[in-house]
Order: sequence, then structure tokens, then C-alpha cells
Amino acid sequence: MVGLQDLLRISDYEWEIPQSFRHDMRVPVRIFADRRLLEQVLGDKSLEQAVNAATLPGLVGAVVVMPDMHQGYGFPIGGVAATEYPRGVVSPGAIGYDINCGVRLLASGVDLEAAEPHLDRLATLLNLYCPSGVGKEGTVRVTVAELERVLREGARWALKQGYADEADLARTEEGGCLDGANPAAVSERAKARGREQIGSLGAGNHFIEVDVVEQVFDARAAAAMGLRAGCLCVQIHCGSRGLGHQVCTDYVQSFQSAVRRYNISLPDRELVCAPMDSPEGQAYLGAMRAVANFAFANRQLLAQSARRAFEETFAGKATDWHLRQVYDIAHNMGKVESHDVNGKRVKVCVHRKGATRAFGPGAPGLPPEYREIGQPVLVPGSMGTASWVLVGTEQSMLRSFGSSCHGAGRVMSRAKAKHEIRGEELRRDLEKQGIQVRAGSMPGLAEEAPQAYKDVDAVVETVCAAGIARKVARLRPLAVIKG
Amino acid sequence: MPFEELAHTADWAVRVWSDDLQGLLAESVRAVNALSGLNPAAGPRLNRRLELQAEDAESLLVAFLSEIVYLMEQENLGVRSLHITRLEGDGPFRLEAELECAAVQAVHKLIKAVTYHNLQIRPTERGLEVEIVFDV
Repeated sequence: MVGLQDLLRISDYEWEIPQSFRHDMRVPVRIFADRRLLEQVLGDKSLEQAVNAATLPGLVGAVVVMPDMHQGYGFPIGGVAATEYPRGVVSPGAIGYDINCGVRLLASGVDLEAAEPHLDRLATLLNLYCPSGVGKEGTVRVTVAELERVLREGARWALKQGYADEADLARTEEGGCLDGANPAAVSERAKARGREQIGSLGAGNHFIEVDVVEQVFDARAAAAMGLRAGCLCVQIHCGSRGLGHQVCTDYVQSFQSAVRRYNISLPDRELVCAPMDSPEGQAYLGAMRAVANFAFANRQLLAQSARRAFEETFAGKATDWHLRQVYDIAHNMGKVESHDVNGKRVKVCVHRKGATRAFGPGAPGLPPEYREIGQPVLVPGSMGTASWVLVGTEQSMLRSFGSSCHGAGRVMSRAKAKHEIRGEELRRDLEKQGIQVRAGSMPGLAEEAPQAYKDVDAVVETVCAAGIARKVARLRPLAVIKG
Repeated sequence: MPFEELAHTADWAVRVWSDDLQGLLAESVRAVNALSGLNPAAGPRLNRRLELQAEDAESLLVAFLSEIVYLMEQENLGVRSLHITRLEGDGPFRLEAELECAAVQAVHKLIKAVTYHNLQIRPTERGLEVEIVFDV
């Protein structure tokens, strides 16, 4: 168990667990948190899991943990770990089951005043056109051959099918398609799960949310993103559905023997890994990228469904209702990137699990309009609380492998939330606050109650005070669609 | 009930115990059904046969429960009862079982994956005991 006495205070917003804390750590753990957020996680296993993650072979720099951290399984949620490419390892469990779970933000020019009489209908149509809930089938049926194209091409497949425009892809991480995807490394069982679910939201903490831009903090960055105070926007939070879960399951199982073959000793079997230049590591990377492409395509299809709902709600009733993409970014992913570590430029695989890529100004791969301001970082709150749009900074590139927080972060167990919160009551409370709610499961809604999460504003204050992100805009929820 | 839900910040965790591995597998299915709010008692019966091989008991448990999760999500089938016809643990673990299933009528929430996090089947006063963390 890690206690406050084991931590070195770097600043009010940054702490370190030194490598000397445990004999098997290969690097230290850096924690971005204010004291209150830090004390909140001392009661769960987040920091112990971060220490376990610091034992992965080939790590460089430090394992970094974000202020929205919470206990996961194996690797903490909110964790970032970079391993030397290609000799270091890749760990499926350090990326997570929902590969390329991420957030997409779309902005409209519809003013809240004009929208208010129509929010009920908008929520109903979003719920109708964006299939959500347990195991739900998606909006599109794809053949086996077509699924292969989705896995190779990601959002580019959606573009060819007429489900996207060029601007959508330009404002998606990696253009919505990771190179090196290998559909042959994805099991038939995983493909079967993916074929039926593409174009669906799923359940759990995934959602579609209509927000209003409540406050703008950086007018220049907000203008570049098309965000204007008082206007409606939409967040889509989901990932690769059963496909990603099956691929992670497959590789966590098969890597159980790989660790023995490569003589790797780990404190938790969920952290199993293989060298990236090994056949096992190459197979996983190819499969993971294929799944990531599926997730990009999935969010693209949901974005099109959201556009349809906006058009049917606002055409003839409001102006400028078209939803334009602000950005689409993953928060469960392994990416090969170059970073400065101890004054040297090194190629690494950055594992982000519940952490968002947050590239600063001038970073490669950003669309021209974001090159000077930095990459948008999308930080959804919990139902009933704010969400944030931030940008990455020069400091995030130097101190967190170009990463930042991904949300509010859970603080209450699901068991306790189910026990203490009634879904119906919560829905009534949210509706009293003017938030439309469409939810497939009341117990599921209760588990995702705002009080089960940390204060997203405190999380955002921390990453901004630490210098690894900068505020652009704060969003307030108007309608939530959950599975 | 020979299982209990454990507090977990983000996901679901359960402690299961039984006299032996065969019982542990059966109770784990009941735990999955209880956590998901699933009652597959009604409706026509459908049988599924499972044959699994794993390098140790924990891997067998993960593989077995992963099959249950897959059946629920992909075939909309919940397991009513489990009849194990073969369970060997000398060398690789081998399991053969008949699953009596029924269509899932309603479910609160599906388990999406079964993890290896701190997974260890331990002998205790209650027989064998294990804590399983599920991704939801």
C-alpha cells in the first residue's frame, strides 16, 4: 500500500513515488494531483497499480498518472507509460479492453435560446438514431469483407461510404486511421462481435451528450475550434465495443505464456506483455491498430447519426445547425511516438489508459488550424456536471509524454453507487436541473451518477496549474443519452 | 450464496468460494448472473457444449467465464445450469461441459471482459476461493 509518507512533493500539483520505493520498479511514478485529489485515491489501489506498472520492461522516463486516476485492473486508469521502441514491451492490459475508447466533440452554431424548446425532441431523436445499451446492434450492417476494410481504413472507410467528410478526418487523431493495422491478427470471434455492433454506443460509461458552451477561456483557440459561448455542441464517448474487448481478452490470454518465453516477471498477470519486436508483440500491435480503426469508424457513424438528429430537430427552426467536428481523440491506446527523455529524442510506445493524448503547439500530425494552439483535449464530466475543452502544451510534451487527463475519474464503487443512488430519482434530479436524460437501464444510470465521480473542475484545475494543459472552454450538459 | 460482491472503483469484483474447482466454476457463473441482474430461467432451453484447455486453473477460469460473457453478448444466452463432464488438472487443465442456456429476457448490465487482475485460486477454510475482477 502506498501512503502519503512514500511520496515526494515536487509541487502543489506534482508528486513522485521514487524508484527506490519497491525493488522491482524500473522507473519512478509521477503523479499529477493536488493534495485533495491525491488523498482521495489513497483509499483505492490506483497508486499500487502505478507502482506495478513501473515494473514493465523497457520503460523510459516515469510512469505518469493523471489527477482523474482511479483503480483499474492491472494498470491504473489515468496512467501513461512509455516503453522503448521496438525493444521494450507492449502490454495489452496497459491499453485496456476498450481499445481506442475516446471522445469526439462536434460543434454547432445553434444558440441555446433557439434550441431550448426543442431539446426534448433532440434527445429523443439522438436516442433513436444512436443505438445504445447492452449488446445493441449498430446502425450499419457490414459484410466480412467490408469489416476488413473498416479494420484497415478506419474513418477513411466511413469517408468512402459517405458517412464522413474530409474535415472530419482532418480533425481526428491520426486522421482516423492508424497505419500498421493487421486484420489477420484479429480473431474471428472478435470480428463477429464487431460486425454486429459497428455504429452503436454500447453501455457502461459511454454516452452522447448535448452541451452548451458555457464559458470561453481562450477566445483564439475556441474560435479555431468553432466553439462560441451560448452555442450547442455534442460529445460522443465510446470505443471499439465487443471487438476491442475480445481482442484484449485474446491477447491477455495468449501473452500469459509469452512472458515466460521472454523471461519477464510481473507482479500482476493482467500486465502481461511481450517485446514489440517479437512475433507476439507485432501481432498484438497489428490487431490493436485494426481495432482502433474500427473505433474511429464507429464514432464517425455515431457522429453522422447525431447530425441527422440535429437536422431533423433544427432545420427550419434554427440557423447554423450543422455539426462540425472539433476533434476526435482516443484515451485508451498504444502509440509509437517520439519524445524527449532526459535530453534525448527517443522513439517510444506510449501506453495511455484513461489518459488523453495532449500534444502541444507545433507537434506533428495536427491540422493547420490547431498547429499554433495545440491539440484539443476533450475532458467529459459526469452527467450533470461540466465538461471541458483544453489544449496540450509544450510542458505536456516534456513532462507527460504529451498526455493529459481524460475525465472526472470515478471515486465511488459501482456497488456503493447502486446501493445508495436510485436511477429514477437521479433522472428526476437531472431533469429538474434542465438536463434531458434517455437511459436504457436505471441501475446503470445510478452507477454513473455524478456523485460517483470526482470534481471534474478540480481535475482540470490541476492539469492546468501543473502546466500540462490549458483551458479553452467549459461546457454545461443539456441532454444525456446512455445505454 | 457462495459469492459476494467486492467494492471496486471502476468495475465489478466478486469473491467466490466452493469445495473444489468444479464448484468454483459453477458458482462463478451464478455470480456473473447475479451481478448482471440476469435471470435466464424462463423460455426454451438451448444447449451449448464447451471444450477448453488452459495452462493453469486461473487461466481455465478466465477462459470459461469469457465463454459465458461471449454467449451473453453475442448469442443473447444466459447459462441456467452447468454440467461438467470432464475436468483434468494434471499438466494442462482441460474442461468439457454442457451448458443449459436460455434467452436473456432482461439484463441490468453486461460484463464485457474477465480480467486476470490479482487472480489467484487459493485454498482456504471454505475450500477454494478466488477474487475475480470484471470489466464493465
